[in-house]
Amino acid sequence: MTGREQAREPGQAPGRARGREAELFALAGAVPDPELPVLTLAELGVLRAVRLTDDGGAEVELTPTYTGCPAVETMADDIMAALRGAGVPRVAVRTVLTPPWSTDDITDGGRRKLRAAGIAPPRAGGLLTLAIHCPRCDAVDTPVLSRFSGTACMELRRCAACREPFDHMKEI
Amino acid sequence: MSREAAVDRDELLGLGDDALILSHRLAEWAGHAPVLEEEVALANIALDLLGQARVLLSMAGDEDALAYRREERAFRNVQLVERPNGDFAHTIVRQLYFSVWQELRYQQLAPLLPLAAKAVRETAYHRDHAEHWTLRLGDGTDESHERTQRAVDALWPYTGELTGPGGLPGEWLARVTATLRAAGLTVPAGPPPRTAWAAGGGRQGIHTEPFGRLLAEMQHLHRSHPGATW
Repeated sequence: MTGREQAREPGQAPGRARGREAELFALAGAVPDPELPVLTLAELGVLRAVRLTDDGGAEVELTPTYTGCPAVETMADDIMAALRGAGVPRVAVRTVLTPPWSTDDITDGGRRKLRAAGIAPPRAGGLLTLAIHCPRCDAVDTPVLSRFSGTACMELRRCAACREPFDHMKEI
Repeated sequence: MSREAAVDRDELLGLGDDALILSHRLAEWAGHAPVLEEEVALANIALDLLGQARVLLSMAGDEDALAYRREERAFRNVQLVERPNGDFAHTIVRQLYFSVWQELRYQQLAPLLPLAAKAVRETAYHRDHAEHWTLRLGDGTDESHERTQRAVDALWPYTGELTGPGGLPGEWLARVTATLRAAGLTVPAGPPPRTAWAAGGGRQGIHTEPFGRLLAEMQHLHRSHPGATW
C-alpha cells in the first residue's frame, strides 16, 4: 500500500517526511474495519494514501468498498482518532473513487482472516469459475441463497454438506 | 476533477435523481417483502443507489438541498423509477427495465465519470438479481406468470424515456427482450413509445401523479424541521 502511494508521488516529500507518512499510513492501516473487525483497513485495501500537509496536519485518502457503504464515516472517524492519538493536530479524510475498490485489493492475509471468521473470501483475479468453499467444512457444493446479505459486500450461501449458511464476500 | 466536468449538470441531476427516487421506492419494501432474503436484497440495492445518488448530487450542488428542498418540477428522474412498487413482480420488472439501462449508461460514462466506473460493478449485481427473478416469476406458476406479464405491459410505456436521446435503444431492447423471452413472457409489440402522453417528460421535470406523494414523504421531515440532523 505504501508502495502504491509513494509510486504516485515520487520524491515529493523529503526523506524524513516520507518516513513519517509511512509511519502514519501503518497506523491508519491498523484501524479495524467497523463491519468486519477481523480485518484491518490495510488488509481490506481501502486506505489509499496518507500525506503530511504544509500546516503539520495529515490528509488521508480512503476509498469505499461500495458507494453507499455506511461504514465509511466510522472508518474516517476511527482514522482521525488514531492519527490524533499519534500527535497529528489536524486530520482530514477524503473519499476517493478512482481507481474503484475491488475485492482484489484485499490482501492474502485478509483473505485468510475472513475464512477463519466463517466468511468465504472473494475469489481473486477474475477466476470466478472457481468453486466457493464452505469456510467451515471446505465442501465445494455451496449454492447461493441470495446475492445480497447483511452488508453490501456479502452474499448468502448454504453449504450442502454441513448445511450451515454462510456469508461470501462477493467479487466486485 | 477536470475530467468530472466532462459530464454536464443536467446529466448528473438526471442520473442522481434516478438513483435517489428508485432508492426511496425500494426502501418502501422494508417490512413488506415476500421473504427475508428479498427484504435484505431490496434494501441492499436501495443502499447502493442512495450512495450513488449522494455522490452524483454532491457533484451537482448541495446534496441535502437538492434532495429535500426541490419542488416536484425540478426533479429530473425518468418517470419509470417513480412508478409505485405494485406487487413484487411489478417491482422486479421495473428493476429489470431500469438496471439494464443504468448498467449500459454507466459503462458509457465510465471514462468520464469516476462514480460511473465504480457503480457499474454494483449495478451488474442489481441487473443480475432482476434477471433471475424475471425468469423465476415468468417461468413459474400460472399466477406469477400472469402478474409478471401484467407488469411487463404496464411499465413498457415508461421505458421510451430510457431509450431517448443519449440512450441506448438497440442494446437495451436486445437485452430486455432476451430476458423476457427466456422467461416465457410476451414482449410488447413494437419499440417502447417515445411520444405517449405520459412517458418522456421526467427529464424535463414532468412527473406522474404518485410522485408528489413520494416527495411529500421523502421531504416532510426536512421541511417540518429545517436543518434537522441526527
